[in-house]
Amino acid sequence: METNEVFEKVKGLFVEDLGIDESKVTMDAKLEEDLEIDSLGIVEVVMAFEDEFDIEIDDEELADVSTVGQAVNLLHSKI
Amino acid sequence: MSKRRVVVTGLGTINPLGNNVADSWEKLINGDSGIDYITSFDTEDLPVKFAGEVKGFDANEYMGKQHARKLDRSSHLSIYATEQALKDAGLDTKNRLGPNVGIVLGTGIGGISTTEQAVRTFDERGASRINPLAITQLMPNSSTGQVAIKFGIEGPSLTITTACAASANAVGEAKNMIQNGVVDMVIAGGTESGTTSMTIGAFAQIRALSTNNENPKEACRPFDKERDGFVMGEGSTVLVMESEESALSRGARIYGYVAGYGSTTDAYHITAPAEGGKGAVVAMQKAIADAGLTKDEVDYINAHGTSTPANDKNETAAIKTVFGERAYEIDISSTKSMTGHLLGGGGAFEAMVSVLTLKNGVIPPTINLNNPDEECDLKYTPNNAIKKELSTAMSNSFGFGGHNGVLVFKKD
Repeated sequence: METNEVFEKVKGLFVEDLGIDESKVTMDAKLEEDLEIDSLGIVEVVMAFEDEFDIEIDDEELADVSTVGQAVNLLHSKI
Repeated sequence: MSKRRVVVTGLGTINPLGNNVADSWEKLINGDSGIDYITSFDTEDLPVKFAGEVKGFDANEYMGKQHARKLDRSSHLSIYATEQALKDAGLDTKNRLGPNVGIVLGTGIGGISTTEQAVRTFDERGASRINPLAITQLMPNSSTGQVAIKFGIEGPSLTITTACAASANAVGEAKNMIQNGVVDMVIAGGTESGTTSMTIGAFAQIRALSTNNENPKEACRPFDKERDGFVMGEGSTVLVMESEESALSRGARIYGYVAGYGSTTDAYHITAPAEGGKGAVVAMQKAIADAGLTKDEVDYINAHGTSTPANDKNETAAIKTVFGERAYEIDISSTKSMTGHLLGGGGAFEAMVSVLTLKNGVIPPTINLNNPDEECDLKYTPNNAIKKELSTAMSNSFGFGGHNGVLVFKKD
């Protein structure tokens, strides 16, 4: 799967499942500041990623993820 | 030293009759029922297929899907009711209310539908798929916290869970907080959205619910010979309460006074009222004394009047014990006949009704009261509202657990 395909799927999850405004979801968007996903919300996001891509994500792998682009790259590397 | 007087300056509500105060009041005095067949889930396997549901409210539309999906419906309703009440009181909802404002909310069973959903997910998909927001939605104090966050209420906060007396206790404790000078203003009320397939099933198991599936609008018939149980309802009602000085200094409109509060416990049985409503009697006496009144000065009683055989009989007996022969002259009504039982949201709704009854000089009826039970022989305002100037009102709320919360209101 190409990076842009992963991004489109991630965007779909954020917009459809989490109710985030579509225009806010860009590769540069910061999860906490721009998308208002707090520490509780991150757990939900990870669950949604795991279900969508059929993978498992460890908490340690998330340590360096703070933007949509970083999340997309992490997912891309695991698929 | 004389006690500080406590006034109501704002009202907000969303309930089976209406999604604001004006609509709800109009339905109340018209004697309309807010009870109907349940639409929010499938009732095919349930012995009871009706309830009082809030209608035409979309939380996603109100607060945006991203925020709405983080909260239980009981919190959607309480935030909605609080916003109305604050605006009604002339307060700016954009500014944080700060540390001189407290919040006391009652609820019977908190975010029970969230609890049920989380258990189902756990059973079907395991621990790693449980909604990470489940705990923050299901805890009974969730609404109190969420309303406080939304409006910046930084003073003392309490969540009261005395079942169906919860929000009467909330209004009473808020009154004491203001009277004792802890804070000048308290956002007080209650919320409940606990009608689920499990709770319907469980309440039906203890034969607490009406099973009149043929005529839902006639199912709740307090004090009537044919009554066969209560009807579940959902909703939230919030009152802005403050000291009289606070209201006068900011030029706020005053609806009326929360003058007295009595709280007792039956310590008898977990669901059945004590014979003759013994605990209720003392709660009423304490509330009247707390208001500085005598029993001859109560003009109207908004009864707990659940439509269960046990409550209505024992509440009637308790009213007779408190008021003696005068019990037969006092105007009484049970507005649950129209809303159903709002459980932890009921006391605050009925506090609002009591305040409006005094202010508007109209007593809402007890609907479906066609053949009074022999043991229920007081003036329950059957089926039609009555115009009458009144000075004082009393509101009774009794909860499973044996909790009794009684409030007394004065017009001036």
